[in-house]
Amino acid sequence: MSLMALREQLNGLVNSMFLEGLLDDQFEQLQMLQDESSPGFIAELITLFCGDSERILAELTKLLDQAVVDYQKVDAFVHQLKGSSSSVGAQHVKLACVQFRQFCEEHNKEGLKGIYFFRCLRALNVVKHEYYLLRGKFDTMLQLEQRIQAYESKQQI
Amino acid sequence: MAVGGKRRWWWKRRAAVVAGVTIAVSVWLGSHCYFRRENMAKAEEALVSMCEERARMIQDQFAVSVNHVHALAILISTFYYQKQPPALDQETFAYYTAKTAFERPLLNGVAYAERIIHSQREIFETRQGWTIMTMKREPSPMQDEYAPVIYSQETVSYIEAIDMMSGEEDRENILRARATGKAVLTKPFRLLESNHLGVVLTFPVYRSGLPEDATVEQRVEATAGYLGGAFDVESLVENLLRQLAGNQDITINVYDITNASEPLIMYGPQIPEGYMPLSHVSMLDFGDPFRKHQMHCRYREKPPLPLSAITTPFGIFVIIMLGGYIVFAAKNHYDNVKEDCRKMEELKVQAEAADVAKSQFLATVSHEIRTPMNGVLGMLDMLLDTDLNLTQKDYAQTAQVCGKALISLINEVLDRAKIEAGKLEIEAVPFDLRSILDDVISLFSSKSREKGIELAVFVSDKVPEVVTGDPGRFRQIITNLVGNSVKFTERGHIFVQVHLADNSDLGADEKVYSGLNGLSQSEKVQIMSDCTFDTLSGFEAADTRNNWENFKLLLSDEMILPEASTSDKEPDIVTLIVRVEDTGIGIPLCAQDRVFTPFMQADSSTSRNYGGTGIGLSITKCLVELMGGQINFISRPNVGSTFTFTAVFKRCNKDAIADTKRTLSEALPTGFRGMKAFIVDGKPVRNAVTRYHLKRLGIAVEVANTVKMMLNSLTRQNSNFRTGRQPYIILIEKDSWYTGMDVYLHNQLLLLKQNDCVLELPKIILLVTCEYDKMSTGSLVDTVINKPLRASTVAACLQQVLGMEKQQKKELSNGPTNLRNLLAGKNILVIDDNKVNLRVAASALKKYGARVECAESGKDALSLLQLPHKFDACFMDVQMPEMDGFEATRQIRLMESKENEQISIGGASRGEDSMIVEWHLPILAMTADVIQATYEECLKCGMDGYVSKPFEEQQLFQAVAKFLVSKPSSDS
Repeated sequence: MSLMALREQLNGLVNSMFLEGLLDDQFEQLQMLQDESSPGFIAELITLFCGDSERILAELTKLLDQAVVDYQKVDAFVHQLKGSSSSVGAQHVKLACVQFRQFCEEHNKEGLKGIYFFRCLRALNVVKHEYYLLRGKFDTMLQLEQRIQAYESKQQI
Repeated sequence: MAVGGKRRWWWKRRAAVVAGVTIAVSVWLGSHCYFRRENMAKAEEALVSMCEERARMIQDQFAVSVNHVHALAILISTFYYQKQPPALDQETFAYYTAKTAFERPLLNGVAYAERIIHSQREIFETRQGWTIMTMKREPSPMQDEYAPVIYSQETVSYIEAIDMMSGEEDRENILRARATGKAVLTKPFRLLESNHLGVVLTFPVYRSGLPEDATVEQRVEATAGYLGGAFDVESLVENLLRQLAGNQDITINVYDITNASEPLIMYGPQIPEGYMPLSHVSMLDFGDPFRKHQMHCRYREKPPLPLSAITTPFGIFVIIMLGGYIVFAAKNHYDNVKEDCRKMEELKVQAEAADVAKSQFLATVSHEIRTPMNGVLGMLDMLLDTDLNLTQKDYAQTAQVCGKALISLINEVLDRAKIEAGKLEIEAVPFDLRSILDDVISLFSSKSREKGIELAVFVSDKVPEVVTGDPGRFRQIITNLVGNSVKFTERGHIFVQVHLADNSDLGADEKVYSGLNGLSQSEKVQIMSDCTFDTLSGFEAADTRNNWENFKLLLSDEMILPEASTSDKEPDIVTLIVRVEDTGIGIPLCAQDRVFTPFMQADSSTSRNYGGTGIGLSITKCLVELMGGQINFISRPNVGSTFTFTAVFKRCNKDAIADTKRTLSEALPTGFRGMKAFIVDGKPVRNAVTRYHLKRLGIAVEVANTVKMMLNSLTRQNSNFRTGRQPYIILIEKDSWYTGMDVYLHNQLLLLKQNDCVLELPKIILLVTCEYDKMSTGSLVDTVINKPLRASTVAACLQQVLGMEKQQKKELSNGPTNLRNLLAGKNILVIDDNKVNLRVAASALKKYGARVECAESGKDALSLLQLPHKFDACFMDVQMPEMDGFEATRQIRLMESKENEQISIGGASRGEDSMIVEWHLPILAMTADVIQATYEECLKCGMDGYVSKPFEEQQLFQAVAKFLVSKPSSDS
C-alpha cells in the first residue's frame, strides 16, 4: 500500500517538475533508458550531475571572487554546466546557463567590465538558485526512489 | 586665404592688362617709327634721284652749249685763214649766232673779242671806227694788249667795243683760255646789264697751223681772239628746272667750289633754305677742269608724313588691343568656367556621396524598421489567435494588413537601396524554373479567378529543367510583372512565356515598334472591329509577336529539334527570354519612357485607382540587369502591355539536376506516363499551354477544335487501329461547352463504347477560368479544373478522377528498431569530459544494444584506441579541456594512417591484398551548437559526421546509418 503511495508521490513529484518546466523531454528520455537492467540509472545520473554541478558552481564562485576575472574560464565552466544540465534535462538550469554565457560573451566583446561583471554575478546567482531548487527536488526524488527500492527488496525477500 | 587669393588674382589681372596695353603701345610706336624712317628713306631716294637728274641735265645742257661755242670758235678761226682782218663781219656773225642760239640754251649770248696788241691799237681803232672801251664804258687806258669785242650776238650787243681784258674775271679767263686752248669758265659774278649771277665761258681762237702739243708761248702767239659766252646761270637754270617735275618741292643751290674753303654761290638763295636735315650733293662737271661745281638739293619743306604712317600703326594698335581683350576675356571666362567646373565637381562628389549615403541609410533604416515590424506583426498574429470580440478582431486585422503592406514596401525600398548601394548579390543555385513559375501563378490564381482573367504560363521544351541562378530574384521579377499585370487587367488574359533567347529573335523589336507606330487609323479600326485575335484569350495583345502565328513558329521549331538541346555541345550559358503579356489598360504613351523610374506611375490617378508605390518596375529592371539581362516593353493604351526580359542562367550538369530535382522541387507524380488525353479547345495558344502542362506529367496529347471534331477523330482513330492507347481523359475548355453538352457527350461516348471504339469511358474534365463557371457544368462531368493551370493541380485532379491511389512513400520503419539493428553488438567509444553527458550518451547507446565504453578525455581515448582495437565507432565531444575533440581526432587519424601504411607494405609483400582492411574508425562529433562552421571544422580534422547533444533519435540514425552496416541478427 505504502509502496503504491510512494510511487504515486514520486510520479506526482516528477510531473510537477515537468509542469514547472524544471525538467524537459530529455528527462523523459532518461526515464525510458532506465529499465530492469539498470535500475539505479536515474539515481546514479542525478548524483553524478549534482556532484559535477556543485564542483562547477564552487569553481565559478571562486573565479568571480577574484580581483581579475578570467572570463574565458568562466565561460568554459558554464559551458560544461550547460552541457550536463541539458543532458539531464534540467531545463531551468540550462536556460540560466545560456543567459550566463551570453553575458560572458558580451563581456568579452564589449569590455564594459563593470556592468557585465555584475550581470555575470547575478547570472551565477540565478544559476545557483535554479540549481538548488532543482537539487531539493532531486533529493526528494532520490529519497523516494530509495524508499521504493527498499520496499521492493523487502517485498522480494 | 580666399581674400589673399582674390587679391593675387586681381593683381595678376591688372598686370596682364598693363602688359597688354604696354605691348600694344610699343608696337604702335615701333611701327610708327618704322613707317617714318621708311618714308624718310623714300624721300631721300627721291631727292637723290631728282638732284642727280637735275645735275645731269644742267651738265648736259652746259656741255651742249660749250661744245657749240667750241664749234663756233673753230668756225671763227677758219675765217682767219690767211686773212687779216678776218673775212667776217658783225652782221654775218650776229645773223649766224642768232640762228644757232637754240644750240646754246644756257648762253644768253656769244661775242668775239679780237686780240689786239697795243701796237696795233690805233690801226684797229681806225679800222673799226671806235675806240676800245673798258667795262665801265670809258675809253680804255693803255694796255699791253686788248681784247675788244668786235662781233657780238644781238642779245649781248651792248658789250661791243668793250675790252674784255678790262674786267677782272674776263681777263683771267682769257689768259687761262689761250694758255690751255680749252674752254674756261670764270667764277660766278654779276653779269653786266642783267646783273644776274653768271659765269663767262671763254674759248681761244687760234690762227691756223698750231700744233697739238704747242707750248704756252706758241699758243699765246697764235691767238687770234677770244670767243666768249655768258651763262646767265640764275635765269637759265631757273628755266631749265621749271621744265622738270617736282620743281616746287625742292630747292637747289649750285656752288663753285674751286676754292673749297669758300664756295661761291652760282644759283639759288644766298642763305640755304628748306628742310636742312635732308640734302643731297651732286658734283657738276662743266667741262672746265680748273673749276669745280656742286649742286645741293634739299626739300623745300619737311617731307610730309604719309597718312598710313599714322593709320596703320593705329590699326595695329586697335587690333592688338582687341586681341588682348579677347584673350583676356577668354582667360577670364576660362577661369570662371574652370572655377564653376571645380565647384560642380565638388557638388557632384557631394551628391554622389549623398546618394550612396542615402542608399546606405535606406538600407540600414529599412533593416532596422523591419526587425521591430516583424515583432509587431508576430504579436498581432498572436493577438489574433486569442479570444477577441469582433471589433477588436477587426482592429487587429486592419493593423496586421497595414503592417504587412508596410513591410512589403520596406522590403521593396530595401531592395532598391541595396541595389543602388551595390549590396545586392545574385545567388547561383540550381533551381527548377517551371515550378517557380507555377508557384507565382498559384499566388495570383485567386485574383485572376475573381476577375475572370486567363492566367497561363508556358515554358518552351528547350528550356532546361534546372538552371543555375537566383531563384528568389527570378521569382521576384516574375511576381512583380505578373502582379502588375493582374492589377491593371480587367479582362482577357495574362500570359507568361519562357523561351530560349536564340530561337525567339529580339531583333524584331524595332520592326514591331515601327509597325505599331506606323499603324494608320483605318488599320487600327479594322483590327478593333476584327474582334478575335489569335492570342490566349482572344483579346488583342500589344505585342503582335505573341499571336498564334509566331507562337506556332516557336512550337514548330521545338518539334523539329526535339532533343537537340540535350546534345553534348550545349553552351554553358542559357539565355532565357521571358514575356509577360496582358490585355490590361496599357501604359499611356506619354508615361512610357519613365516606367522604369522609381516612384513613377503612369499618372497620379493610377495609384489612386490601383494602389502601389511604383517602385516595383524599377526594382525589376535593376534585378534583370543584375542577372545579365535587359527588359523592355511594348504597350498600347487600352490594348495591353507586353513586358519582355532576358535573363542569363548557367546550365547545370546532370548530377546537379538530379540532385536538385530530388531536393528542391516537389516532384511531379510520375504515374501518368503513357496516358493519353484529348483537349478540346478552339484557341491554339491556349491549348498549347494546356498541352505543355499535360506533357510535363508525361501525358500524350491530342487536340481538337470542337467536341464534334474530337468525337470524329476518336471514331476514326479507333476504327483504323483498334489498338493503341486510349484517351483516358478529355479536357474541354469552357468556351467549347454549352448547357446540355454533358448529356450529349456522354451519350456519344457510350455509343463509341458500344461500337468498341473505346474500351472504357474517358474521364471528362472541364477547364474553367472563373469561379462562377463551375455552376453551369453538367452533372456528368467528372471534375472541373480551375485555371490557372499548374502541373501539380492538374496532377492532383487527375489522381482524384482516375482514382489513382497515392503511392504512399514507404515511411521509415520505426526508428528505434532501425537503430537497434544498426547499433546492436557494436563496440562504441564515447568520449566526453562531462560525466553527466557521458553517462547519458552511453546509456542511450546501450539502449540500442551497443556495447559502450567511456573515456573522459582525449588522452584516455587515444590510449584506448591504440591499434588494433575493437571499436566500430566513436562519439567524440568537441569541447574538452587539454585535448579537444578535433585534436584527438587528428591524432587518431595519424595513428591510423601510419598503421595503414605498414599494413599495405606488409600486405603487398605477403601478396594477400584481398584481406587488406584499412583502419578507419568512424568518428562522430558531439556538439551542442550545430552551426555550419563547427561542422566544417569537424570534417576538416577527419571526423565523419556529427550529432547534436543531447541525442535525437532521427539524427543519430541518419549519422550512424552512413557508415555502420547493420549486422545480421545472429551477431547481436
